[in-house]
Amino acid sequence: MDYTSIFTLMRAEVTLTAILVLLFLYDLLAGERARRHFTAVASLLLALQAVATAFPAASGELFGGMFHYEPMHAVVKSLLTVGAMIVCLQADGWLRDAETRHKQGEFYILTLSTLLGMYFMIGAGHFLMFFIGLELASVPMACLVAFDKYRNYSAEAGAKYILCALFSSGLMLYGISFLYGTTGTLYFDDMASRIDGSPLEIMALVFFFAGLGFKISLVPFHLWTADAYQGAPTAVTSYLSVVSKGAAAFVLFTTLVKVFAPMVEEWQTVLWIVTVLSITVANLFALRQHDLKRFMAFSSISQAGYIMLAVIGGSSVGMTSLVFYVLVYMAANLAVFGVLSTVEQHSGGRVCLEDYNGFYRTNPRLAVLMTLGLFSLAGIPPFAGFFSKFFVFAAAFRSGFYVLVFIALLNTVISLYYYLLIVKAMYITPSETPIATFRTDRYTRISLALCTAGVLLLGLVSAVYDGINALAYGL
Amino acid sequence: MLSLFPLLPLVMMLGLWLARSPRQVRAVMATGSSLLLVLAVVLVVRYLGLREAGETAPMLFTDSVVWYAPLNIHYAVGVDGISVAMLLLSAIIVFTGTFASWRMEHDVKAYFLWFCLLSVGVFGFFVSVDLFTMFMFYEVALIPMYLLIGVWGSGRKEYAAMKLTLMLMGGSALLLIGILGIYFGAGATTMNVQEIAALHNIPLSLQRIWFPLVFIGFGVLGALFPFHTWSPDGHASAPTAVSMLHAGVLMKLGGYGCFRVAMYLLPDAAQELSWIFILLTTVSVVYGAFAACVQTDLKYINAYSSVSHCGLVLFAILMMNTTASTGAILQMLSHGLMTALFFALIGMIYGRTHTRDIRQLSGLMKVMPFLAVGYVIAGLANLGLPGLSGFVAEMTIFNGAFQNPDTFHRVVTVIACTSIVITAVYILRVVGKILYGTCDNPEHLKLSDATWDERLSVICLIVAVAGLGLAPLWVSDMIHGSVSELIAHILS
Repeated sequence: MDYTSIFTLMRAEVTLTAILVLLFLYDLLAGERARRHFTAVASLLLALQAVATAFPAASGELFGGMFHYEPMHAVVKSLLTVGAMIVCLQADGWLRDAETRHKQGEFYILTLSTLLGMYFMIGAGHFLMFFIGLELASVPMACLVAFDKYRNYSAEAGAKYILCALFSSGLMLYGISFLYGTTGTLYFDDMASRIDGSPLEIMALVFFFAGLGFKISLVPFHLWTADAYQGAPTAVTSYLSVVSKGAAAFVLFTTLVKVFAPMVEEWQTVLWIVTVLSITVANLFALRQHDLKRFMAFSSISQAGYIMLAVIGGSSVGMTSLVFYVLVYMAANLAVFGVLSTVEQHSGGRVCLEDYNGFYRTNPRLAVLMTLGLFSLAGIPPFAGFFSKFFVFAAAFRSGFYVLVFIALLNTVISLYYYLLIVKAMYITPSETPIATFRTDRYTRISLALCTAGVLLLGLVSAVYDGINALAYGL
Repeated sequence: MLSLFPLLPLVMMLGLWLARSPRQVRAVMATGSSLLLVLAVVLVVRYLGLREAGETAPMLFTDSVVWYAPLNIHYAVGVDGISVAMLLLSAIIVFTGTFASWRMEHDVKAYFLWFCLLSVGVFGFFVSVDLFTMFMFYEVALIPMYLLIGVWGSGRKEYAAMKLTLMLMGGSALLLIGILGIYFGAGATTMNVQEIAALHNIPLSLQRIWFPLVFIGFGVLGALFPFHTWSPDGHASAPTAVSMLHAGVLMKLGGYGCFRVAMYLLPDAAQELSWIFILLTTVSVVYGAFAACVQTDLKYINAYSSVSHCGLVLFAILMMNTTASTGAILQMLSHGLMTALFFALIGMIYGRTHTRDIRQLSGLMKVMPFLAVGYVIAGLANLGLPGLSGFVAEMTIFNGAFQNPDTFHRVVTVIACTSIVITAVYILRVVGKILYGTCDNPEHLKLSDATWDERLSVICLIVAVAGLGLAPLWVSDMIHGSVSELIAHILS
């Protein structure tokens, strides 16, 4: 084996590990003064890593096919890093609290460990590698969810998360064992040629799907979502809803296309049902929420359903739409979560819908940014969400899923209703005790500027989409 | 040149964003909307000039830039006679709407920002010839309505804003699937309206599915019965300029879309299924007029009247002959102008008396003669007095509709004709009640007549209404060629 290729093909993993070590040392060695710039250092390193990762190299494999590299992986990995960077920027205010200050280093290390796990999931060419990546992405995540361990909600959410995660990992392992039993291999490439759709393999598909469905929080595997989102610190919630979900959705696509290609009809049926359920059920539940973090939990479940529209065709257009959708969703959702978290910081923990009454009067800029984010999530032009939604609809329509697209479209109207509820609270409903005017900190402002630029430009400028499209592959 | 239409409101938004005081905001709006009007007039002159010179291409001033190549999405613009007329109408309404809300006080900057975004959508829609771009601009025009009504409206504004937005977005959901259906049905090679029409290759079985979806999708905005219910509430709650723009221009997007997309691209299904929609539009026409008779709120009366008149637009295009469809375009122009005039005047009256209930208003002719005379003129145009725009449009429509030789078309035409009489009933009732007689409310005696900005707005609209009524031929000549081409394609 040529060891130099580790540095080209595993560039993302190697650099991320280096950053992990650097931040660990910084946490140990830096004095009180230097620690003040912890966020800046971490974000800068991540930004550099994202840039270094983004340039696609020729595809290849390492360790006898355990690890695969496709140019598309580079794009997705760099995109996830950008998401993680924005989350770090937004977490700054919260990490300066007296209670969490001494744990700042841990936050970065845990976050980046999960990110590394996602990298391995994406790059896996073997189910063992895949499973290690999955666990590396899940276990530190549970620590993150329970990060505010003295808050009951956070501890409870952490416990719920880890139990559900372990259960779903168990299911998935069981499924993988079926696959091994029927095909005699765990390598993705070999497996694809040996799968014939026997009943045992259908069971394996179902178990495997359930495991990933948990990560993406698709209905009916979503039951942990609302509680974990509500209980977790807001920065972690936004990380869960964006980065973790985006990675899992991409992995689902690649494994379905790569490994389960012979069973395309089976998994399309499963996806059809799950997509309809995810979009519809989550939308109906979102209507009843008052806590905005729970609200965003259901919104993110329904968004996951829309992402599945891109998966279901299994085409390369679908992959482009998926990656683009995740990118746009990331910008919009992080804009909303950025506002939520800074408001929570400055108002003593107010996160209810009613708390946002009259928000436009007191903090017009934040209200406008939030509105842009919400409109993008709802798929309103000229914001990027409109384009990404259109593309996933077109991808599913191209593969002939007319009824599915129709149901999804009707659901956009419901989702518009509940997104407008927040807009209504901010602009129209008057309030006796609105959230007081405050100045956001520098890091949050940078992160919101990045997200808003994404929401405004990603759709109108087609270059990003074309770039992704050039690297896409499918069935 | 055409890209200037959506671009100019964008520049205006930038200017508004930078503006520091309400004075500067007004300056930006006045300059920008005047420029738009000038631009529209220049476009009309150049368009007529080119046609005079013997230009026969269906679309002029075309331009196309690749946007999303994998889906064949282009930013493609082009105009024919119909869109030129619509652009002129939109420019007039934006101009007069600006002056009608000249004295707006509450958060005027944000108000005009959303107002300009709405105009971006409207102008963009009329200049685009690419299905995707068209749909995008269509939705851009819808969403600002929510905040414009919700924040600056009156009455049950939150309910009305939400109802309007959700119903129109529901319509656009149907529309989106219809557009995807058209695109993939036509072989997924182009999103350009003209090119899809030229291909003419969508199988009839698919057309039967997509035509109702697209027609209803646009029809919701065109107040097609039974999807019109957003309109009365929405118009009644909206602030003046928004009512003007919405009833005057936005509802025309519906009619224009039905004609240009639903019928033009899915012609076979249109012929086969038109009878269903003819029945629905006939109901719209008659029901709208009757409903207007029993309302007591001035804006509700006008909103139901709009349902009736916009129903007539859809009714006319479904008749599928050149005369009726030319009438439909004339009716769009005429209704756009006179309903904007109505809403402007109602807004001005409401601004003074703080009521729109006709039972509490009387004898306003003596108190505010200028506004009252404007109201009478708008009313007469609405009920189709010769010499004003309404007469020309309705005459052409009914004339064209009756040209269809079969009994079904003739019977519905006769039924729809009754709306003329009913319109006269509700218009004359209102005019008699609120303008004439003695002024019962002593408070109202102290009120003043129109200010200069209001006069400017009203006079512009009256001139346009009378101009269309007295000299309709140059407009109908301009649109006739384009209409007959579309109709020829639909019937082929």
